[in-house]
Amino acid sequence: MSTSINTVAETAVSPEREVGWNRPRTVETEGEVLEVAMGPHHPSTHGVFRMDVALDGERVVRLKPVFGYLHRNHEKLAEGMTYLASMPFTDRLDYICSLSNNWALALSVEKLAGQEVPERAQYLRVILAELTRIVNHASSVGFLIQEMGASGTPLMYAFREREKILDLFEALTGSRMMCNYMRFGGCRVDASAAWLDATRKVVAALPAFADEFERFLCSNEIVMARCQGVGILKPELAINAGVTGPLLRASGVNYDIRKVDHYGIYDRFKFRVPLGDHWDIYDRFMVRLLELRESIGILEQALKDIPAGPVMDAKAKIRGFRPKPGEAYGRVEAPKGELGFYLISDGGPNPYRYRVRPPSLINLTILEDMCLGENLADVVLIFGSVDIVLGEVDR
Amino acid sequence: MKTVEEIKAAIEAAGVVPSGGAAVEIVHNGSPSGQHSLRLDPAYAVEVAKFLRDDADLSLDFLSNATGVDWPDKEISEKVKVTRPVTRTVDGPEGKVEETSEETVEETRKHTQPGYLEAVYHLFSMAKKHGPVIIRMRTVNRSDQVELPSLTPIWRSAEFQEREIFDLFGIVFTGHPDLRRILMWDGFKDHPMRRDYVDPDDFEYEPTPHDEVLLRANAHRAASASPEGTAAR
Repeated sequence: MSTSINTVAETAVSPEREVGWNRPRTVETEGEVLEVAMGPHHPSTHGVFRMDVALDGERVVRLKPVFGYLHRNHEKLAEGMTYLASMPFTDRLDYICSLSNNWALALSVEKLAGQEVPERAQYLRVILAELTRIVNHASSVGFLIQEMGASGTPLMYAFREREKILDLFEALTGSRMMCNYMRFGGCRVDASAAWLDATRKVVAALPAFADEFERFLCSNEIVMARCQGVGILKPELAINAGVTGPLLRASGVNYDIRKVDHYGIYDRFKFRVPLGDHWDIYDRFMVRLLELRESIGILEQALKDIPAGPVMDAKAKIRGFRPKPGEAYGRVEAPKGELGFYLISDGGPNPYRYRVRPPSLINLTILEDMCLGENLADVVLIFGSVDIVLGEVDR
Repeated sequence: MKTVEEIKAAIEAAGVVPSGGAAVEIVHNGSPSGQHSLRLDPAYAVEVAKFLRDDADLSLDFLSNATGVDWPDKEISEKVKVTRPVTRTVDGPEGKVEETSEETVEETRKHTQPGYLEAVYHLFSMAKKHGPVIIRMRTVNRSDQVELPSLTPIWRSAEFQEREIFDLFGIVFTGHPDLRRILMWDGFKDHPMRRDYVDPDDFEYEPTPHDEVLLRANAHRAASASPEGTAAR
């Protein structure tokens, strides 16, 4: 059936298309093209996500991501409620990193309304965001290993550490995952001295965990064989496609919003930005492990310097909060990439427009480019190395 | 980082748009964030976008956020003072007579400001590490002239985001390589992010893929010898 082969070649790339310069213009197939719908119920898809894959033998000749299964129109919901009422909803975007999401919304609203944040609250935000980053990077590396076929054990190493951090979240915010902790102009409750001591203890044990994780996994023969040289993403394409986060830095582009925007108080801490050299899955995996180590460094500095004081700006208005008409775009370096909130106020109590810039969704733009020509089994790994959460992709 | 005024001047100096025209307008932002934006005439948008990306000073190589905003028709009522002749019947010495005099009265006038859809893009520079530069474009109306030029050929990151705007707001991006619904299902008809969207009563109704829906769904699939998507025979 040569007709089907030709049609695949035509539909894969339209001739006038200028974009995607590492995507071959035509895909030459040798045999029959087989269509496979990977998902929506597939163990590797981190939720309900589908990849419509066209295969030539084992080789991927076309891949279209399909999502929206979890779509609940978070933006529309948020436009029907007050600014603060969307705060608990942001926990449900990227439910692994709820505190980073809280910070992104708080930062945008503070920009919109011109609010100040007290010192202690800034430190608490940094501590919580970096703990969240450790949770995310450890579990995403753990999931990656699980997708390679090491069922359970490596993931449990990551989850053992995650549990300790989630216990800290529960002690401070009342919830392990749905933290709903930050407010416009500060944080909801103050951290006790006992909580800070407990955090210091957990952080002191983290370098040993990072060493152990690295020793078990990085020189593992299977990990190296499956990850090195697979799923290459060129830096020019990564920039043009708006890829952010560890995925971008693994492609060798030095762009960390903590360093670029210095939002919060990130200009006070010393940390390095790990960059990839080979732009493959292994680099993404290493960049996450190295970022985890840098986060431990930031935590140590923040826990040493945290001052006493209020955690909420005394002038911040909780009830009857109506920002002046205008708009603001605020963004943070969430563990998965640039998480931004774009808000338009018309002077009312609800936002006129509320937009989430989801890093997970935009990082998926180049999924097809990375997978073309690779084997189907590697698609699972490439997809895992993008590190997405469907709650944020679908919103 | 250049201000919006300087960027506008640079665009006009480069000859991308006719100077002195309204192809690039500055939109001021009243919020303390101070993020002012540039409104582009859709006819020149692709050229301006290319300039913003390739200009050595700006090099806005990173399109971070693209989104839509719906501005529905607005009924504006304003009070105006009008002077007009008013006729009254008054009692005169020879019985009732009609008298006309000029009087100033207050009148409420209503007019509709036509609505439009807007696409907003937030640009940053990874090379120079500055931003955001915000550009926006308006459609002519909200019903039948909703086309805007796609910026996906300039910045690939607009690919999924413009699909999302198309899906949720109904802006049709001309020149987009793969414009179809992204979050809602293929059989869905309306655009839920519009301000006048009303939830249907049976909002959990999802058409099963058969008949007309199947035909539409198949248009998005890779061509195959067997339309049901089973293995090719």
